[in-house]
Amino acid sequence: MSPILIAEQVLNGLQSGVMLFLMAAGLTLIFGVMGLINLAHGSLYMVGAFAAAAVAAATGSFLLALAAAMAAAAGAGALVELVVIRRLYDRDHLDQVLATFALILIFSEGTRWLFGSFPLYLDIPDWLSGPVTLPGGIQYPLYRLALIGIGLSVAAGLWLLIAHTRIGIRIRAGENDREMIAALGVDISRLYTMIFALGAALAGLAGALVGSIQSVQVGMGEPVLILAFVVIVIGGIGSIRGALIGALLVGLTDTLGGVFLPELFKLIADPASATATGSALASMSIYILMAAVLVWRPTGLFGAAT
Amino acid sequence: MAIRTHLAAAAALAVLAGGAQADMKIGMITTLSGGGASLGIDTRDGFMLAVEQAGRDDVEVVIDDDQRKPDVAVQIADRMIQSEKVDVLTGIVWSNLAMAVVPSANAQGLVYVSTNAAPAQLAGAGCSPDYFSVSYQNDNLHEAAGAYAAGAGFDNMFIMAPNYPAGQDSLNGFKRFYDGGLAGEVYTELGQTDYAAEIAQIRASGADGVFFFLPGGMGISFLKQYADSGVDLPVVGPAFSFDQAILQAVGDAALEVKNTSTWSKDLDNAANAAFVAAFEEAYGRLPSIYAAQGYDTANLLLSATQKADVSDKAAFRAALAEADFDSVRGKFSFASNNHPVQDIYVREVIKEGDIYTNKIVSTAMTDRDNAYMQECRM
Repeated sequence: MSPILIAEQVLNGLQSGVMLFLMAAGLTLIFGVMGLINLAHGSLYMVGAFAAAAVAAATGSFLLALAAAMAAAAGAGALVELVVIRRLYDRDHLDQVLATFALILIFSEGTRWLFGSFPLYLDIPDWLSGPVTLPGGIQYPLYRLALIGIGLSVAAGLWLLIAHTRIGIRIRAGENDREMIAALGVDISRLYTMIFALGAALAGLAGALVGSIQSVQVGMGEPVLILAFVVIVIGGIGSIRGALIGALLVGLTDTLGGVFLPELFKLIADPASATATGSALASMSIYILMAAVLVWRPTGLFGAAT
Repeated sequence: MAIRTHLAAAAALAVLAGGAQADMKIGMITTLSGGGASLGIDTRDGFMLAVEQAGRDDVEVVIDDDQRKPDVAVQIADRMIQSEKVDVLTGIVWSNLAMAVVPSANAQGLVYVSTNAAPAQLAGAGCSPDYFSVSYQNDNLHEAAGAYAAGAGFDNMFIMAPNYPAGQDSLNGFKRFYDGGLAGEVYTELGQTDYAAEIAQIRASGADGVFFFLPGGMGISFLKQYADSGVDLPVVGPAFSFDQAILQAVGDAALEVKNTSTWSKDLDNAANAAFVAAFEEAYGRLPSIYAAQGYDTANLLLSATQKADVSDKAAFRAALAEADFDSVRGKFSFASNNHPVQDIYVREVIKEGDIYTNKIVSTAMTDRDNAYMQECRM
């Protein structure tokens, strides 16, 4: 296994990590501030991808498609918050899970009704396609480098927003004590709708960015949603910093585990069974990571101790 | 749409008429919602096209959506068998669902005719005189890909499939007829959407070609990412990643890829030409292999009802085994374990106007049966 291959796999892990972060950031904000388990977050990812595919097909512009993805997901998020989610803040988590699971079904069948059952076409633009040669002779797709760049910029932007703006102060206050900031005269329902739309827009952006190199189809959001929950549990619920570190850890573990575990097993077993065992273990690796983190820190890496 | 309305009307009439019993009641369990819906919808549309064309009002079809979940499929099967009293079951797309439904349906005395899924277990030791596969045996397309790769002079292939029973059957099937070396053998996760890690391994492996089995959305993701990676080794795969619905989502990334299939829309026979034209006319899109298999299955069942009454099971089974219908695949017969004997072709992905589709370039295997006939005792 050459150093070039290892470096390429680390980049792959980073790339999958930052995209997970976009999903997990919204999820952890919504959970942290409003105490709401939103299973429908994956549907907003799907809404973003479908909006991007529709706009890209109509206009041919990738940037417009990204803007449309964020707008559509934010719009859908705000609408859902106003109509459904708002009634769930005071309910227990079981009611929230049931209601947001119903939203998944509504979003999925609604999307099928609008766009049909067949996967849509969404491709990366010419100016981002093809591989580039990095220092050290690594051939790496330009688009994936761009994804890493976008993901890290969003992380920096979120940090600025939360640490250095008035809205950020309110969000942090909302996480700490909901009743208190409402009593201080902050319009809490508007704040909630805004946070929800922000989280939805990030999910929609991730859906459009990832949809360009994957398959835009109904139900694409649910596998990512499961990973995003793993990320926020590892990172500590409510923590953006935890979501970033957790996402990178999950991305790297998932990618590197899938590559190196089968190789490792080949040292002790014949190739066929080593591949099967290694692959099976690799698909468990992120859950083993999650269990290990929880044993060590029951509230996650950056979770507030309760 | 017209077809469905017509059938609904026919069904309503049958109910209103009270005693007017259909001579054959077919239960179709297939995937109509969720991620795999396009496969089930094509299966259903192909099947119903044949029923409609036959214009037989003594055949009734009840259809339900299994959501790609084995437990749901089992519930539907129980309901169709016990309360709706169907005579025949069909339609399941996925092998794990077929394994949950078929053995128990056969044990309850029902004939099951498969439009797609045909796992090794049901072809070998678990075969049944009540089970017929109209599609293939699961290994077939992979075997043909192996035979093609060996014949085309590949000598160091990188092979890849998801880590589940059909994925393992796939790589075993490929290796059964491919005699060159292996640059790598990788099992991916089922439902995986990012293949950057595997593509990096392919790049580093020194392979001279890539064989992959990644059905549905997995194949779309892999092909798009592969095309963008700058690795330009030739790619070979079974038809599942290159069917009509998927190609439009993959776009240019699939062009010129070789894939193996039992059917193609340009297959030169009268039944196929009529089928493709009628399907396009009825549904406004090109048919896929799943639609072709659904169409053949319906025509096989209809042909059997003309020779035997479905209530006379032995005669009905014998009529099915004769396979006396005009298959869109040209020649078609059943091997001793009720799986097809048929030719398997190599297709290439091309662009016709704005539509991506396949054309046949050669024949990979002639009169291929399957590897499990010895194990089947019935």
